[in-house]
Amino acid sequence: MKKPNGGLTSERKIKRRNFISFAVFGAYIAGTYACWRWLYKSPDETPGITAGAHKPLRKALNKTELFFRRLTFNENHLVKTYPRSMGAKKIRHNGDIGLEGKLPPEYWTLQVKKISGETLQITLDELMKLPKTAITYDFKCVEGWDQISHWEGVSFRDFMAHFKLEAESKMGYVGMETPDQHYYVGIDMPSAMHPQTLLAYQMNDELLNGSHGQPLRLIIPVKYGIKNLKRIGTIAFSNSRPRDYWAERGYDYYSGL
Amino acid sequence: MKVIKEKHSLLVRWTHWVNFPILAIMIWSGMLIYWANDEYGITLSGHTYVRFFPDWYYKLLHIPQRLAEGMAFHFLFMWFFALNGVFYVLYTIISGQWRQLLPNRHSFKEAWLVVLHDLHIRKTMPPQGKYNAAQRIAYTAIIIMGFGSLVTGLAIYKPVQFNWLCWLCGGYHLARIWHFVLTISYVLFFLIHVVQVTLAGWNNFRSVVSGFEVVNEQPEPENNNDEKA
Repeated sequence: MKKPNGGLTSERKIKRRNFISFAVFGAYIAGTYACWRWLYKSPDETPGITAGAHKPLRKALNKTELFFRRLTFNENHLVKTYPRSMGAKKIRHNGDIGLEGKLPPEYWTLQVKKISGETLQITLDELMKLPKTAITYDFKCVEGWDQISHWEGVSFRDFMAHFKLEAESKMGYVGMETPDQHYYVGIDMPSAMHPQTLLAYQMNDELLNGSHGQPLRLIIPVKYGIKNLKRIGTIAFSNSRPRDYWAERGYDYYSGL
Repeated sequence: MKVIKEKHSLLVRWTHWVNFPILAIMIWSGMLIYWANDEYGITLSGHTYVRFFPDWYYKLLHIPQRLAEGMAFHFLFMWFFALNGVFYVLYTIISGQWRQLLPNRHSFKEAWLVVLHDLHIRKTMPPQGKYNAAQRIAYTAIIIMGFGSLVTGLAIYKPVQFNWLCWLCGGYHLARIWHFVLTISYVLFFLIHVVQVTLAGWNNFRSVVSGFEVVNEQPEPENNNDEKA
């Protein structure tokens, strides 16, 4: 006997479609769960310049960095600045790694490792003679808090030009470390050469104190606070990523805003 | 006679079920991030009624000390969340289904009648198509909310490069608050959604998996009983 619907009664057709779709649905749930278990249990990356993140997630962070660097990074995109009066009187500090004790400027020189192998020794007095740049902006911590604060120092661009580091400024990265090498950051050159990046020696009206990175710190408004190294001891240049304290602890290497 | 009545297309069903785990992971990883600076609560005249979130809650879900991990998950699954949303919206526009989805000029009045009906205050429902008026409003709102999460998320993620977005959101602080409020709203939406789906019954739930509902139709005269065999 011939039947409509390609030989199936509507009752059987309902059953058939139910079976197929719920089988697919079940397979989808199982598959999703399996994928999630795989990702959640995936091994950490091999420790190197970056460490502490699941391998696939690190790969995703690096790809996402490239996407946003290419799509959005523009040195003409300036960080919003505020009137100086809006800056906090008491500037928050959140970390003391690499900051043991005081370091009065007379016991300190900045070591700049040129690619020629030569090392420049620069005193704070020399830096303070360069044109001064000030900024009042909203400092953003990776934890989620932020604070408007006022900083003064030498813009990194001016610094590079004054010490004739043209060849160095064509490298891919700047690495900065504390004198005791306990804290260190790697910064991509476009972010370092952003016009608002400062080597700061002053906050509000006073020279930096111990907990804020005496005598010289990095203020880089296009990055989260974790990249704003306090108490710079050495500056070096390279084409591969320099080591970075928080990138070794699972954070995004770029951490750009 | 039981007859198949097509309801949800394949793409609508897929994007619906793909969104579920993605949104769950986004909310979970978002909590890992939020923990690092958990400043929100509901405080009225000096008394804090709700704090997001209490310590027992964090402990229960193993939230503390996982900021880096949370960010890594969040910044991967944001792509899937966005893509899935784009697929749904494009499909809805191109297929013309937006006509059944977007609220029309009657929807807001009718939605009230639907609410009264669902609360058992009113016996009858206004006539409806694929979605009733309350559904039109809710399901359109959830898409706008998803878009809002993308925009506020981008504003928080790249507040310098997208400073105009950040400005549009009312600044960094407000962008974060909107982002958080939207997330809480998803959870509330989810709770109501599950209750409503449960009350609506099997036929309705099945349509989101199989795509069709089964309706009873009077057999037409030419369908004689021989067919039963």
